[in-house]
Amino acid sequence: MILGTLSKITGPVVVAGGMTGVKMYDVVRVGAAGLMGEVIRLEGNSATIQVYEDTSGLKVGEPVESTEGPLMLELGPGLLSSIYDGIQRPLPIIASQTGSDFIARGTVVAALDHTREWDYTPTVEVGQEVGPGDTLGTVQESPTVLHRVMVPPGVRGKVTKVVAPGSYTVLEVVAVLDGERELRMSQWWPVRQGRPYARKLDPTTPFLTGMRILDTFFPIALGGNAIIPGGFGTGKTVTQQSLAKWADVDIIIYVGCGERGNEMTEVLKEFPELEDPRTGSKLMDRTVLVANTSNMPVAAREASIYTGVTLAEFYRDMGYNVAMMADSTSRWGEALREVSGRLEEMPGEEGYPAYLATRLAAFYERSGRVAALGADERVGSVTMVGAVSPPGGDMSEPMTQNSLRVTGAFWALDTSLAHRRHFPAISWTKSYTLFLGQVRPWFEEEVADDWANVRERAMFLLQKETELQEIVQLVGPDALPETEKIILEVARMLREDYLQQFAFDAVDAYCPPKKSYWLLKTILAFYDAATQAMSRGVSLRQILQIPMRDEISTLKTTDHERAIERMQEMVSQISDEIAGIEVL
Amino acid sequence: MTREATAFDRSLMSVEYQTVSYVTGPLVFVENVHDVSYNEMVAIVMPDKSERSGQVLEVSGNMAVIQVFEGTQGIDVDQTRVRFLEEVAKVDVSPDLLGRVLAGTGKPIDGGAPIIPEKRLDITGSPINPYCREQPADFIETGISAIDGLNTLVRGQKLPIFSGSGLPANELAAQIIRQARVVSGEQFAIVFGAMGITHREAAYFMQQFETTGALERVVFFMNLADDPTVERLLTPKCALTVAEYLAFEKDMQVLVVLSDMTNYCEALREVSTAREEVPGRRGYPGYMYTDLSTIYERAGRIKGRIGSVTQLPILTMPDDDITHPIPDLTGYITEGQIVLSRHLHRRGVYPPIDVLPCLSRLMNLGIGEGKTREDHRAVANQLYAAYAQGRDLRRLVAIVGEEALSDTDRRYLHFADGFEKQIIGQGETGRSIEDTLRVGWELMSELPIGELKRVRDFIDKYHPTAGEKAAAKE
Repeated sequence: MILGTLSKITGPVVVAGGMTGVKMYDVVRVGAAGLMGEVIRLEGNSATIQVYEDTSGLKVGEPVESTEGPLMLELGPGLLSSIYDGIQRPLPIIASQTGSDFIARGTVVAALDHTREWDYTPTVEVGQEVGPGDTLGTVQESPTVLHRVMVPPGVRGKVTKVVAPGSYTVLEVVAVLDGERELRMSQWWPVRQGRPYARKLDPTTPFLTGMRILDTFFPIALGGNAIIPGGFGTGKTVTQQSLAKWADVDIIIYVGCGERGNEMTEVLKEFPELEDPRTGSKLMDRTVLVANTSNMPVAAREASIYTGVTLAEFYRDMGYNVAMMADSTSRWGEALREVSGRLEEMPGEEGYPAYLATRLAAFYERSGRVAALGADERVGSVTMVGAVSPPGGDMSEPMTQNSLRVTGAFWALDTSLAHRRHFPAISWTKSYTLFLGQVRPWFEEEVADDWANVRERAMFLLQKETELQEIVQLVGPDALPETEKIILEVARMLREDYLQQFAFDAVDAYCPPKKSYWLLKTILAFYDAATQAMSRGVSLRQILQIPMRDEISTLKTTDHERAIERMQEMVSQISDEIAGIEVL
Repeated sequence: MTREATAFDRSLMSVEYQTVSYVTGPLVFVENVHDVSYNEMVAIVMPDKSERSGQVLEVSGNMAVIQVFEGTQGIDVDQTRVRFLEEVAKVDVSPDLLGRVLAGTGKPIDGGAPIIPEKRLDITGSPINPYCREQPADFIETGISAIDGLNTLVRGQKLPIFSGSGLPANELAAQIIRQARVVSGEQFAIVFGAMGITHREAAYFMQQFETTGALERVVFFMNLADDPTVERLLTPKCALTVAEYLAFEKDMQVLVVLSDMTNYCEALREVSTAREEVPGRRGYPGYMYTDLSTIYERAGRIKGRIGSVTQLPILTMPDDDITHPIPDLTGYITEGQIVLSRHLHRRGVYPPIDVLPCLSRLMNLGIGEGKTREDHRAVANQLYAAYAQGRDLRRLVAIVGEEALSDTDRRYLHFADGFEKQIIGQGETGRSIEDTLRVGWELMSELPIGELKRVRDFIDKYHPTAGEKAAAKE
């Protein structure tokens, strides 16, 4: 046992002497209260420790005991629908165990319910050779998710004992390898180390979000990653939450990293009530929440996103598509900066440590679509969406810039759009995606041959509008020729009837890709017919008076199937109607 | 007195050390200390036997760094003694605190009777378990149209006012304290934490509270501009501890007004600099976000408890810059913001609230049928949209002149003027939410009905002249 004594306390960082033998990132128990901490620097026999809990009241000379292992998660059935803090302590259990509405220090609680029995069905037989990732058996973890109990990485051997199908707790042995290695339903894995897989695959299927601007203009692939930067009040959290609700994936890991308590409450209240649009059961049945609000200890905040991604990888290894939302990665960066400052490290840009970029890269590279370990080579993916909160909305700051270098898509939130109450306030002039080439074949196959063409034309009109607006600002709209005024009108339709989406409307909250496509197609049909009519000499005013223009604006809130059907007729009707306008 | 002598009667009082080795800014370094804990409170006995208080900022081996609340002037290395009080910072709480004026550290300074504490509570508090939080859901009427109508304050919310120097943030705060009421008429209390305000401002608040009779429901923490800077670091924490006690143990609806958070952040920077810490943006310490969050996040409601803590912090944006670290970090923690505008102030609009950058994230939870009125959301959206359009047109008019506008655009332009005069510029008088909505509808009625897309469903019921117009048409 490694037992040292505290020699220095300054905020969440403490130093202990007499820690010979302790390793970097080992978890330690600090002081008489047993506060949890992690070794972040070694110097001779003294260790610098970041403590995951408030250090008020600690004294020099109090004992520090090493657990002689890194920060690990307990992985097994029962994770889904849990609510954890940054270091995988279940918040409801903390509340019931301490009987307090506030988070007391030094609380030790198991991550999984060790008394709950699960219906376990073994899928291996005695005598079978198994290796890492092979499925030992299955558990119906939630109505929609089948949990595979897998051989942990690095373990291999011949099955010498298998339990009969029946009810077991996560701690009971369900299989024995080579007569000695006992395997249980739960396994442990260090959070700072990515879980191994057989090989990485190219991401080709789009990560459908139901948000028109994202799915059409800036799609990413399953296994990809994106960042959502935006100043406060631009809707990062609302966007993240709608992604969590609607994204077309099997499992959601939602990490509230240093964010508002009341917002976490909203998630905690809403998710268990929300119906899963894909399966009809509760959304919470396929969600794990990690909540570390801004006033909870800063070191646990630093750990929280690793906790999140490790949970995501665990379900990926079972062959699921997992989406991880981190809100907000800037708070994680700030936690790094805070701890680095306490260590008196030489600061890099804006006080962030020089290793910020390395840490970010290592984190985002844990996303991806992989062939998992195991004989049946399941394919799973982890898609990451990280919110970034740039100070003052200034995107040139280190967190945004370093994230941009390692992520594949940039969904920029725009303060001026938010002020105009245009939501989602995602800017179509600043955002980009690098996944277009990879997902384009899917859209052309599943949605329409000319998907890319329609997308490009709409994008062009929006870009053109930006240019024209600059002229209007200078000389007023009347100075523009009619052919350009129609672009302004159509771009306005694109903005109001297409890009704006009501996250709180029952129908409009999710838009399937087919509907997105037809909506664009309808607006473009209007544009084509209008330009044609104008070349005949029809005035813009006449064109704008056709009643179908109003109908277009109601389409997004119309039931999906009905709207798609209607739009297929409308495309030709609009052309006919505009073609029928007589020149005055 | 030597160390041995004090160690002798240790059971009666704590150890006193005469081992001050280094003094800088607000910090005192004491050597050869034993059994000292982090964040422990200390008493500093000056050479003239008077006492000051401080707090342990760092313990390293046998040395402790102490931050002195009343300033280090007069402290010497020879005779000054330091006594460790063996407890972290605490404040006395009791329901009798209502109507009292306290120093920034929680001691009464109004000359009244001493407070008989019901409890002594640790001022740092603990984070509320997110799982135990209750979602905010009830409306607080401030009597200010720009807030009630457009950026509604909800119980358990933290909604800061971003002001600039010379703007009437204090007047607005006093007006809110005067007018604020919870609609259902439960027990309502106000905890006012003043940090680094001037004597003039303090006198203004006192006079406001006394003349309007609001004082009896106010607990007034007062740290004046010439009080020690470091004491300011305790003031919001003391105020919030009292607020939590009144809310969660005495079932009151508590509104906490903190003014001015900029002074608090300056104090934080001062101490950080004295400790020679690595500075973050603009010299503010890297942990300022975490520090501010431990203040702001103490707003909220808890499942199964009646009371609530709502926060209305006020801060001054240096040079009106909303991207300055103080408003910026605040905005990332709080649930929205109310922004005052110098432009409106110059034009004589009071309160000069610029609604476009304002936001209340929790508004939707506190409004609507049964809370305020069914058309509230729609009216707010319509007013926002129309005002934004009017403001855009103003820019255009500056270039092309009003004649170049269409009739509808001209009406929008006039709408924006009317909006600033009537909705925002309501003056010193309070307005109920019904009045706010009524004024909103009157303004909207000047726009063509076809333009009122966002309130379409309520036109028949609330539009003041729609009926007449329809009748006239027939």
